[in-house]
Amino acid sequence: MATAVIGRCIFGQLNKLQKCKTIAKVTNIQCRNISISQRLLGVKYFTEKHEWVEVNGEVGTIGISEFAQDQLGEVVYVQLPEIDTELELGQEAGVLESVKAASEVYSPISGVVTEANTALEDAPKLVNDSCYEKGWLYKMTIREPTELDHLMKEEDYLKFIKD
Amino acid sequence: MLSRKLLPKNVTNVIKGFACQCRNYSQNETLKKTCLYDYHVKNGGKMVPFAGWSMPVQYTEGISESHLHVRSAAGLFDVSHMLQTRVTGRDGVAFIESMIVGDVGGLRDNQGTLSVFTNERGGILDDLIVSKTEEGYLYVVSNAGCADKDYNNMQTQAEQCRKKGMDVNVEIISNGLLALQGPSMSSVLQEGVDFDLNKLPFMTNKMATVFGIPECRVTRCGYTGEDGVEISVRPDRAVDLAQALTGSSKAKVMLIGLGARDTLRLEAGLCLYGSDIDETTTPVEGSLTWTIGKRRREEANFPGASVILKQIKEKPQRRRVGFISSGAPARGHTKIYDESGSSLIGELTSGCPSPSLKENVSMGYVKTAFTKNGTKVKFEVRKKMIDAVVSKMPFVPSNYFSPK
Repeated sequence: MATAVIGRCIFGQLNKLQKCKTIAKVTNIQCRNISISQRLLGVKYFTEKHEWVEVNGEVGTIGISEFAQDQLGEVVYVQLPEIDTELELGQEAGVLESVKAASEVYSPISGVVTEANTALEDAPKLVNDSCYEKGWLYKMTIREPTELDHLMKEEDYLKFIKD
Repeated sequence: MLSRKLLPKNVTNVIKGFACQCRNYSQNETLKKTCLYDYHVKNGGKMVPFAGWSMPVQYTEGISESHLHVRSAAGLFDVSHMLQTRVTGRDGVAFIESMIVGDVGGLRDNQGTLSVFTNERGGILDDLIVSKTEEGYLYVVSNAGCADKDYNNMQTQAEQCRKKGMDVNVEIISNGLLALQGPSMSSVLQEGVDFDLNKLPFMTNKMATVFGIPECRVTRCGYTGEDGVEISVRPDRAVDLAQALTGSSKAKVMLIGLGARDTLRLEAGLCLYGSDIDETTTPVEGSLTWTIGKRRREEANFPGASVILKQIKEKPQRRRVGFISSGAPARGHTKIYDESGSSLIGELTSGCPSPSLKENVSMGYVKTAFTKNGTKVKFEVRKKMIDAVVSKMPFVPSNYFSPK
């Protein structure tokens, strides 16, 4: 539950980080584990299909949005790309399965997969509980940084899902 | 991300509708609404199009949570979209038996049975529950998705029967239908009825006043594998009944949508018409041979009898069985191979991760040589071969009520 609170906090209210820290303190969570400072450096870009990519230098971390995890329901199985897989922009990179549906994950950028979140094999529900933190899906090189220009910033994405 | 190409048709429609709902409420304008529509919306129901109706796919709780609550306590389902009909007249039994495989004549008053409408090729037109009533008519409940077809077929056949001098009439019962399912059902409902629920065994019915609402038909049946009832109630009192049941002090009664209804019936090994059985499958292939009454086999006078009786005698080419698998969930239309993975032996018709078992359960048709429990097979899911085993259904033991 605590991770969910913090996940949502970072998702919706980057400018209210202080509040987030307060919640973390109140719920007796060690903020160090959450690496908030790193998050501040990384910027998240969103696709219309509800994936996000967070850029840290030359590596992009990919996950799905709060809206997507909510729509999908409890994730019970995650299929992720293998390391060294070359992914094109928009290519199917993996699949998330809930009780009711299977949903493909499409790569928001092109590049080569460098890491998959193996924690999801035993705990797929992390995608629900912490979609912006512990529930990340895979990391990849960023072959073409200009691809990011076509993605939505967080603020625009929030508007997009409201409409 | 939220695409659904891997889902069986019916579930896909539910989910597609789910997505539509998020984007565009106006698409629901042409959909029919049950007498509980406003009640669902008020209680957080996520409404989706289903068989021409706007129905709740889930409420505020997730599907797994809803599912498990029905297995452990009780859940309330709106099934008012289903077709309820009353067959009256001296020859009502002969009429309905001319359309279905069941032995209705052999039922006692207030007893019912699951049966299937068949066509001349032995294919299943729909499944239904037909009950005799002590009021002297037959009470028939069939699927919403087949409502127009069923009603037209019944009226056409009734007309034919009348031409032969038979006395029969078919009319729609415009009632709401609420299903209360789960082990806490009897303690919840007992408070609201003046008869002993221990005297209402599985597949029997009774006209009763329920929580002060007169003329409710209570049938001990359901689509979850749990002890439960379906209550037919006049539409203007359906909300009152729902409120009385969900307000029970005996147990927490949760509102349950179509999503958990589907996973519950799958665990119970029950067929979804249009996915697991349809006009191209016979009751023998569909593992529903048990619905064909002994007398009906002897008389061989139901539609498609020659095809169906031949299949019983010679065994069908393929048959519906259950499977348990691990790894990636296998859903409808998944291809089934033999253990070596080289020979295609059939296809799944529905499947889901089982919230109760934490394994994947599914059902589908395979060549008869592969129908024995314990037979190892392979599923092809996203180009990968997955181990699966033919497994006895129901996957979760049924909890139907029979008096001790």
